[in-house]
Amino acid sequence: MREPGYRFAKRLAVPLRGFAHRFVYPLLVLGAFTLMILGKADLLLIERMRATMADALAPILSFMSEPAARVADGIEAGRELIRLHDENVQLRRENERLRQWQLVANRLERENVQLRDLARLIAEPPATMVAARVVADAGGIFVHSVLIGAGAKAGVGKGNAVMTSEGLAGRVATLGDRSARVLLLTDLNSRIPVMIESTRERAMLAGDNSHVPRLLYLPSTAQPNLGERIVTSGDGGNFPPGLPVGVIAETSGGGPIRVQPFVDFNRLVFVRVVDFKVEGPVVQTEVPRGRERR
Amino acid sequence: MTPTLTERMDDWGRRLAPIATVLVLLFFGLIPFGVPGLPLIAPAGTQVAVFYWAVYRPDLMPPLAAFGLGFIQDALAGTPLGVGSLAFLILHGIAVNQRKAFIGNPFILAWLGLAIGALAAACAAWALSSIILGGFIPPERPLFQALATIALFPCFSWVLVRVHRGVVH
Repeated sequence: MREPGYRFAKRLAVPLRGFAHRFVYPLLVLGAFTLMILGKADLLLIERMRATMADALAPILSFMSEPAARVADGIEAGRELIRLHDENVQLRRENERLRQWQLVANRLERENVQLRDLARLIAEPPATMVAARVVADAGGIFVHSVLIGAGAKAGVGKGNAVMTSEGLAGRVATLGDRSARVLLLTDLNSRIPVMIESTRERAMLAGDNSHVPRLLYLPSTAQPNLGERIVTSGDGGNFPPGLPVGVIAETSGGGPIRVQPFVDFNRLVFVRVVDFKVEGPVVQTEVPRGRERR
Repeated sequence: MTPTLTERMDDWGRRLAPIATVLVLLFFGLIPFGVPGLPLIAPAGTQVAVFYWAVYRPDLMPPLAAFGLGFIQDALAGTPLGVGSLAFLILHGIAVNQRKAFIGNPFILAWLGLAIGALAAACAAWALSSIILGGFIPPERPLFQALATIALFPCFSWVLVRVHRGVVH
């Protein structure tokens, strides 16, 4: 025997369910738009939601990307096998050249230490480094960012430089406990203070979702040549000066000057997150996504 | 007779299979294989799967699931939250509203339905992402991805039909 209360609830539940069924779809569409508006308003809540979700799923992605990394290695090994001979010859030549450079570097380092002693220069704090695997890469259809499998617990900090052996790849934009999102140099919202290495002329490297970011605010007197090296300027106090970024790839045609990054974003498998502990005169505040206007 | 625990677990497993297939395809689309161009076409599978299940088993792919899967995709891919949910809901809406036309009719009709859905979803996602991220996003990549989704529909459907017959019933 069922209680009258249960029957009443059931009688009420049926039309309610019909109501819910009819309105659930428009409500969800409305929910999607609400999420977009809240995200645009840069609520901390949305950031937290995103980081929590990424944290929860990062271990699964990390587990799945391990064999993927092996597949990537296999493909790379196959490629290398094909050009093994040429590469060997090239490497031997490079090795010879580098050995000479090593001698020069040793001499310069000794000289540097002596000069620092003479000038009583305060040494820069040592940089800390965390190696991390890229666990998710959305392929850059709307955003150029990757998720890495290390977060605050591993010592990653917001704004840290993310590097590969080739050069700067981006910076940590969103931080979770076990994962972090890296905004790549090529993203629409990436802005990195840089300079031309040879002339030390300052500029801003601005991504626009193409694979060659633009160089903005370069002094009008500057005339950079193709192939000139671009390095970080250290302005803004997030990165130290001199991190390799890329080379000038386009100068002519009246269009913007474009930079070809050193990092191959197609093969981003492992990265180094480096905290240089730089504290410049101006502490850079995080530019919220989408707020920036040119 | 009440079903035993294993029977019930088996039943639940079958009921969750459609959502699980989308999740697996979603993860595979995000894993870095280091192959240039692959990340551009890999996400196509998730859209096909949402569309397929919404046509053939809408009871196992409710709109709430499409919304949730879109949310997970956005959170992991770094796209603005809500954009992926809306894209899945567009495909889901077309699939559910026109499912009578798709079922029992030539395959080409379902393909046409998916093509319209994929293009509409790509347009919406592109326009909204451009507004939210505050800049003009080149439209070539989203368009290319939508075309890849349409082109790969037969391949993904073939796999989904196998899952449908073998696991879900």
